[in-house]
Amino acid sequence: MAAPTLTRDPPPTPAPGRGLSDRTRAERRLGWLLAGPAFAVMLLVTAYPILQAVYDSLFDFRLTDPTNREFVGLSNYGVILSDPIWWTSIGVTLLITVVTVAVELVLGFALALVMIKMLRAIRPVIRAAILIPYAVITVVSAFSWQYAFSLDSGFVNSWFGWLPGIAADTDWFGGTASSLFVVCLTEIWKTTPFISLLLLAGLAQVPEVLQEAAKVDGATWWQRMWKVTIPNMKAAIMVALLFRSLDAFRIFDTIFVMTGGANSTESVAFLAYRQTIERLEIGLGSAVSVLLFLSVTLISVLFIKGFKIDLSQTRGDR
Amino acid sequence: MSQHRRRRGAVVAAVVALLATLVGCGGAEPGPPVLTWYINPDDGGQAEIAKRCTEAAAGQYRIAVSQLPREASDQRQQLIRRLAANDSSIDIMSLDPPYVPEFAQAGFLAPVPQDVAARASEGVIRSAVEGATWQGRLVAVPFWANTQLLWYRKSVAAAAGLDMNRPVTWEQLIQAARSQNSQVAVQGRRAESLTVWINALIESAGGSIVTDPSVGNPEAIKLGLTEEQATRAAEVIRNLAAANVGGPALSTAGEDENVAAFEDGAAGFMVNWPFVWTRAKSGVEDRTLDQSVPQDYGAALYPEVVAGTPSAPPLGGIDLGVGAFSRNPALSYQAIECITSAENEAYYFVENGNPAARSAVFDDPRVIEAFPMAATIRDSLEQAAPRPQTAYYSEVSASLQRIYHPPGAVDPATAGQRAAELIRAVLAKKELL
Repeated sequence: MAAPTLTRDPPPTPAPGRGLSDRTRAERRLGWLLAGPAFAVMLLVTAYPILQAVYDSLFDFRLTDPTNREFVGLSNYGVILSDPIWWTSIGVTLLITVVTVAVELVLGFALALVMIKMLRAIRPVIRAAILIPYAVITVVSAFSWQYAFSLDSGFVNSWFGWLPGIAADTDWFGGTASSLFVVCLTEIWKTTPFISLLLLAGLAQVPEVLQEAAKVDGATWWQRMWKVTIPNMKAAIMVALLFRSLDAFRIFDTIFVMTGGANSTESVAFLAYRQTIERLEIGLGSAVSVLLFLSVTLISVLFIKGFKIDLSQTRGDR
Repeated sequence: MSQHRRRRGAVVAAVVALLATLVGCGGAEPGPPVLTWYINPDDGGQAEIAKRCTEAAAGQYRIAVSQLPREASDQRQQLIRRLAANDSSIDIMSLDPPYVPEFAQAGFLAPVPQDVAARASEGVIRSAVEGATWQGRLVAVPFWANTQLLWYRKSVAAAAGLDMNRPVTWEQLIQAARSQNSQVAVQGRRAESLTVWINALIESAGGSIVTDPSVGNPEAIKLGLTEEQATRAAEVIRNLAAANVGGPALSTAGEDENVAAFEDGAAGFMVNWPFVWTRAKSGVEDRTLDQSVPQDYGAALYPEVVAGTPSAPPLGGIDLGVGAFSRNPALSYQAIECITSAENEAYYFVENGNPAARSAVFDDPRVIEAFPMAATIRDSLEQAAPRPQTAYYSEVSASLQRIYHPPGAVDPATAGQRAAELIRAVLAKKELL
């Protein structure tokens, strides 16, 4: 008797699964309500300009000559992709991205390890000290590094004169390689704190029990690092790498201040600036911007596919 | 062009500009119309002139200044963007002469009334009027006119046996510097100052970068870059770099870096604007520079490219334009006439070191006292040549900078041809810049 009743009648209290889905639905609705306004604003301030840029990129349009605006289809893209300057800029931008992100990852990881091992009492102080470069405005940091390396006000040549290749009259901004070296150095100095902070958050997420279990099993420090720590913070590493790569790919201020694009040090963002702001060619410049946007999207997709991580699942509940 | 700005002056100007903006914001208040004057940063002279003219207007108008970015190219960008959006807050603008045609062609300048134009070109240095003219009409009012001189250390020139009372050639300078183990400081940095140098060299050789701007069909622009004169000019650049007298920072040096090299004695010769003198004087006042240094300074006319052919020194300065969307164009031109009075130009020359556009000002005893080389500046202005006058100046200048930088890599045989091809391709929108 009891069994048929159980199967026939709906249970007095909802089954756990359906109850949760009710709550999930409510949660989801609340989520939309909370995120909705922000989502709308994002659409307004990002989607609208992006679409406008895509539209503008199909025209031959100079800001001072609006009456001669003319639809040219994809020909702006043809001009850009067949121009060697575009490919040089892509090369320079990729070089800066790869070099800075690689160095920053290693340095940032080391700093994160230092910070996590630090005594609790001085940890906030150290963390703040490490973060200072990131708090400096990019233009300001670019100027200070430029002054440090420039011939008339710089100290680098006299401090490092004992190194081979550096003399009192070494003009760092006079050549492509040396200019890019200083640009990369500035970027690394400035944004390593950002990467190390993200990695610190990842490190803190690695469960201590796993470390202890590995220790009990006799794993060395290196083994624990490679088999326990790093696999467990894969998501944090990916987020750090992704954000920094996107950031590095859009580099502009440092190059603008230091070389002004001389000696083939133009980045893609600089090229977009030249066409849009300096030449006032809205059509051509928008096309460069759209291509920059596509490159950045491509980088994101590659990272997310490459790391095989679903970011929405990384709330700790795997 | 170059404006020397001391930090103190900039701060004062910024504060004044800020106050002026705050005052200007209260648009609803009764009183005379407020004219907004967009100024390039200086040592506070334009703000002071604005104040004087406001007083002189006796309630007819008030001038509020608003400061533009530091670099001339950034000033242009900001003004163009605003004017493209029909900004009616722009009454008076301080414009760098090479950009005047672009503003005029785009219809961003209110037409100069005929009587104002007549008065604005009378007694004003020829090259300054030429620089403010587009399509045969005066489209802006010359306010001050800048030019580069050949600055030299008297001791170095004497040791090299150069007679500086007579015009010298680039070739002589290079030899003199080499014999004295000194430098000839030129602006080799990839910036507008490089175009200034290239243009002065080509004009001095008797040529021109743009021979016909071909208004309305920019692709058909006629260029003089493949002419023999342009080759002569490129040879000067190559020779200077090859002789190793450009200094270690030849490819990165701008006006400020070069003055520093000239002050500390590394460079015995330099082509630069007259702010060099103001800077040396204030250096002595601030005790950062020994008195003997400016005493050793000499100023002569810009070097010749071809011996015996007078040089064509660079022309800079500021022209005043009235925004096409201004609500008070007539009053603005009235204010401009006050700003460009001989009295105010003399004040600006003496206090901020910016040479006047009016010839008579150079005879003012205050000017002669402050600038013993005032006569040389006027002579230089008389034979100065403007930079290429085209509505696409920015493209032309950036293309030249790309080909002629770094100076050490300039090949006179091909540079002109390459630059001409690039300019044509850029104007036809077939190439990036």
